[in-house]
Formats: sequence, C-alpha cells, structure tokens
Amino acid sequence: MFYRENGQFKTSYKADQQIFPIAQDRVVILLLLAVAFVAVPLLVSDYTFRAILIPFLIMSLAALGVNVLVGYCGQISLGSGAFMAVGAYGAYNFFVRVPDMPLIPALILGGLCATFFGILFGLPSLRVKGLYLAVATLAAQFFSDWMFLRIKWLTNDSPSGSVSVSSLQVFGLPIDSAQSKYWFCLAILVVMALLAKNLVRGAIGREWMAIRDMDVAAAVIGIRPMYAKLSAFAVSSFIIGVAGALWAFVHLGSWEPAAFSVEVSFRLLFMVIIGGLGSIMGAFFGAAFIVVLPILLNQFLPALFGVFGVEISTADVSHAELMIFGGLIVWFLIVEPHGLAKLWSTAKQKLRVWPFPY
Amino acid sequence: MAFFLETLLGGLMAGMLYSLVALGFVLIFKASGVFNFAQGAMVLFAALAMARFAEWIPGWTGIDNPIVANIAAFVIAGVVMFVVAWLIERLVLRHLVNQEAATLLMATLGITYFMEGLGQTLFGSDIYKIDVGMPKEPIFVLESMFEGGILVNKEDVIAAAIAAALVAALSLFFQKTSTGRALRAVADDHQAAQSIGIPLNRIWVIVWCVAGVVALVSGMIWGSKLGVQFSLTTVALRALPVVILGGLTSVPGAIIGGLIIGVGEKLSEVFLGPYVGGGIEIWFAYVLALLFLLVRPQGLFGEKIIDRV
Repeated sequence: MFYRENGQFKTSYKADQQIFPIAQDRVVILLLLAVAFVAVPLLVSDYTFRAILIPFLIMSLAALGVNVLVGYCGQISLGSGAFMAVGAYGAYNFFVRVPDMPLIPALILGGLCATFFGILFGLPSLRVKGLYLAVATLAAQFFSDWMFLRIKWLTNDSPSGSVSVSSLQVFGLPIDSAQSKYWFCLAILVVMALLAKNLVRGAIGREWMAIRDMDVAAAVIGIRPMYAKLSAFAVSSFIIGVAGALWAFVHLGSWEPAAFSVEVSFRLLFMVIIGGLGSIMGAFFGAAFIVVLPILLNQFLPALFGVFGVEISTADVSHAELMIFGGLIVWFLIVEPHGLAKLWSTAKQKLRVWPFPY
Repeated sequence: MAFFLETLLGGLMAGMLYSLVALGFVLIFKASGVFNFAQGAMVLFAALAMARFAEWIPGWTGIDNPIVANIAAFVIAGVVMFVVAWLIERLVLRHLVNQEAATLLMATLGITYFMEGLGQTLFGSDIYKIDVGMPKEPIFVLESMFEGGILVNKEDVIAAAIAAALVAALSLFFQKTSTGRALRAVADDHQAAQSIGIPLNRIWVIVWCVAGVVALVSGMIWGSKLGVQFSLTTVALRALPVVILGGLTSVPGAIIGGLIIGVGEKLSEVFLGPYVGGGIEIWFAYVLALLFLLVRPQGLFGEKIIDRV
C-alpha cells in the first residue's frame, strides 16, 4: 500500500539511473541516515556504542569489501583478515613515522597498502579458481600473521608486534568519546557504501558479475578477466584495509597481529554469506548478525542456565556459545542459503503487491 | 650432508602425518563435493574422545591393562565418530544438496565451531595425553656412512608406518570392495550413480565415517606427539596446502603432496628461516603450493578442469 512505484514516471535518463529510483526507498534511506546520525547518539549508552555499534559499523565496512570480491566477482577469499591487518599496520606506519600526519590521509594510505597487498595475492586468481583459490588466499593470511610478528620495522620495533595510537583528531576535532568515534565510523561507512553501490552498478561492477557468473563466457564477450579480477581484488582490499585501520585505530586503540587472525577472515566470510552474496544491504545484515549474536549469547546464556538453577563456569559458557554459533550458522544456511538480503527483497516484493498475493 | 639428510627424513615423516589429515579432506571432497573444513575439528574431537575414554575405562571396568584400555578407547571413539558422521549427513548435508561450493564450505565451518564447542563440553578443555606406548627415544641410523649417523625419531617412523598402512588399506578398500566401487561411482557422477541404484545418502555416511576414522588415527598420532589440546585443530590448516598441491580429488596426490610439503617446510625452515627471522614454515607451505598451482591449477594429480561455455 505504501510501497508502490506506480505513478512515478521517469522523464529523464538522469531520473531513470539514480541509485534509488523509487521515491519510498529514498525516503526510507534518508530517514535511516537521520536516525543513525542524530537520534542514535542521543539515545544509546556508552557501552552500546563501544560493544555493539562501533564494531558493527566497522565490520559492515569490512563485509562490504569482502562482498565486492566474493559476492560480486565470485572469488572466494579467506585472506580478508590479512587485508585488514595490512590496512591497520600500514596506516599505523604512516601515522607514526610521518610527522603531523592527519588521520584521514593515514587511513587512506593504509587502504592503499592493503590494495597493493591485495593485488599481489590476487594474482593467483588469474590461474586458480574456486576452492583452490580459497585455500590459496589463506597464504596471504599466514604471511601477514608472520610478517607483523617477525619483521620488526613494520611494527616500530615493538615486541610481539603490539602497537597503539593515541590522540586521534580530524580537522581539529578530537576523536576520543564514544559518540565522536561512532560519528567518524558512520561517516566513513556511508561514503564508502555509496562509492561501492555506484561501482557495482556501473560498467566495472557488471564486468565483475559477468566474471562471477561464468568467466569463460565473460572472456568470450570481450571482458578482460585479468583487469576485472584484479580490480575487484584492489577495490575490495582497499575497503577492507580502511576497515582494518578503523578497527585498529578507533575500536581497539592498541592491538597486536592476533587481532586480525584467520578467525576474522572466517567471520567476515560468514557475514557475507549470511547477509547475502552480491548485495550491499546484505553486508549490513550479516555484520549485524555476526557482531550481535556472540554478545547476545554471552549475556543471555548465564541467565538462561540460572533459570534452570544450574551454575555453569565461564569456560562452559564459551563452549556453549561456540556450539550455538555454529549450529545457528548451519541452520541459517539450510533455511535461507541466499542470505538475509534475500528475505529482505522477498519482503519488499510482498509489500509491493499487498494486499493481493501477486 | 648428514644434517641435510636428517632434515629431509624429518620432513618426509612430518609429510606422512600431513597426508593423513589431507586424506580426510580428499575422501569427502571426492565423494560429495564438499570441502570439509571440519576435518581439523574432527581430528580434535576424535583425539579428545580417545584420550578421555582411555582415561575413564580403567575406572569404569577395573581393567588395568593399558593396551586393552587403549584398544577399547579406540573402538569407542570410532563408534563416536560414526555417530558424528551419521548426524552430519542427516542434519546438514542432506539439506544442502546442490548448493554452491561457498555455502557448503561455510556449513562445514559452522560444523567446525559446533564440534569444537561440543568436544570441549563433553570431554573437557585441558591438555590430555594419549599414551599408546610409542617409543620416544631417538635412534641413529647409517652410522657406517656418516660420522655420528643420522638422528631419526622412532616415534615418527612408527607414525609414518601407520599412516602408510592406513593409506594402503584405504586404497585396497576403494579398489577391491563393492562399497569402494560404489564410492568411486558416486565420486565420478552423482546422478549416474543414483540412477543405477547406489544409495547416495548411505554412501555419504560411509564416506564421512571413513573420514572420521582417518581423523581418529591422525588424532591419535598427533595427540600422542603434541598432547590432545585445542591447538590440534590448526593441524587442518597445516594440511590444506597439501590438499591443493596434490589435487582435491586424488588420494595419491594427498600422499605425494604431503611429502613435498613436509620436506619443503623443514628444508625452508632450516636453510632459509635464519635469514628472514624464522617461523616461516606455515606460510612457506602455502607459497610452495601456490607455485605448483601456477603450473597446474588443478593440483598435481587433480582432475583436469575443462571449462565450457
């Protein structure tokens, strides 16, 4: 009833090609942005910011990057954690070594380091496909784990690679309170999401999708596989690298290489698959699910066992968390293999024709 | 020269153990097209089960003989792995037929988390010992040829022998029994196998069981080497380059890949490691596998991938 596009006539190419061609979509997005920028900071507590919202924003950004590579270009990657690490340590090096380095250029330079690293480890994708590639990208992961632990220059000679940054500021405004961190991450996320959305609906995005759907056919109709695959690796690792730098600088403050272990890569891939492959929206859904679920379980399980009068140790809680997390993921893949974004689009379709069934 | 040979032999032994884990991957991928990330968790689970049952059985039954206790524990752990295989087929795989490879991969990752949690809930999360009476003392061989001989770890030799025996038994099982033939048929073509009356679901249970037994044996060997603990799951990550190097669909590939990776790892660590700061074995294995993949994208012995539009 409310969500219907009839009566909205496009009279120019510009109107036809805008990102959200339906007026209701534009309204909803603007409302969402208004809520996220204005209402949320007024309402939620510091704990919610630090534990849920900031990790959610940064992980959404990273999932967005992974989605470009896995969802749009079809190259399964298990090395996302490494790209985050390279982004984080790259930005750190620029931030610490260059005097008076502003924060935003440092983040972008960190992203560019990750781009370079991504292209390097994306090279095998020209030759190797599918699951072989997935395993091959693990090389990037283990290489970066080793690199930041053993090459002292990269971590400013700190033992075991643990480093920290302090007194962040943007245009003279300090980024220290939870709210300012939230705004900063949100602003970057919005800009990046807009960029990604525009990229995937442009020529380059179509090339990626053609490669994903069938690379031989794509090559036959004149798409250069090398250019398409490597550009997907470049864009994806840039976004992931910026997310990694944000995760390290804004969320963690001080970190060590273990913060970007292979576990992070797995979680990012979970986000993309649970959220929905090949959908910008899906990255947000997936990140919300994977970030919030462990926190919920952590809060909820002891209370639940308490109801039954069973005292359980923290070790048991963490094991039960693992089990429920794994079980839910399997269940999710069984009931909705195309991810939450698919549910979303089904809901939208239903809403369009409501109150009729079709 | 003696030192080089010693490193080489050590690498070969380690390689045998990697191939054992890699074999679990290959078996399942061949028969069901699932890249089973849970193999590492299965190794941990099986090793935990075996270690704990070996500890509990003397208390329950009053049998003090460690050999009997170990054999009983092995059998019980085998039964546990059978139940696990059956449940995985029943609850997960059956519902995910015809999904994309990435989705299946993620499902096995979910199984990994679940089994890691379950294993530690049921059997505890400390470090346990598996003591199957493996001799620990090193021996020296070829003393006549080199001064001082070559140091070989007896435990490694036995482990490698067990691995080789298991591989031989599996090849016999695959080549000579009717079940083995059915397994190969399913691996070749699901639909054709089904149309001539091979029950797919039962075959999958069997394959996962065999993979479970392989996991049990590798868990036993790795467990008695390193102790049964959570880090045993990383053994799977060490075995992954072996799988892609040898080819996802080839049993001999898993063996030869294991040997190449084992030797490459040890030699690189000893001769290259000191120059770059050490600890390079884990990524060196992947880079080595990548180099092979650049020449043969389907692994050394994998089926040739033919693309058609």
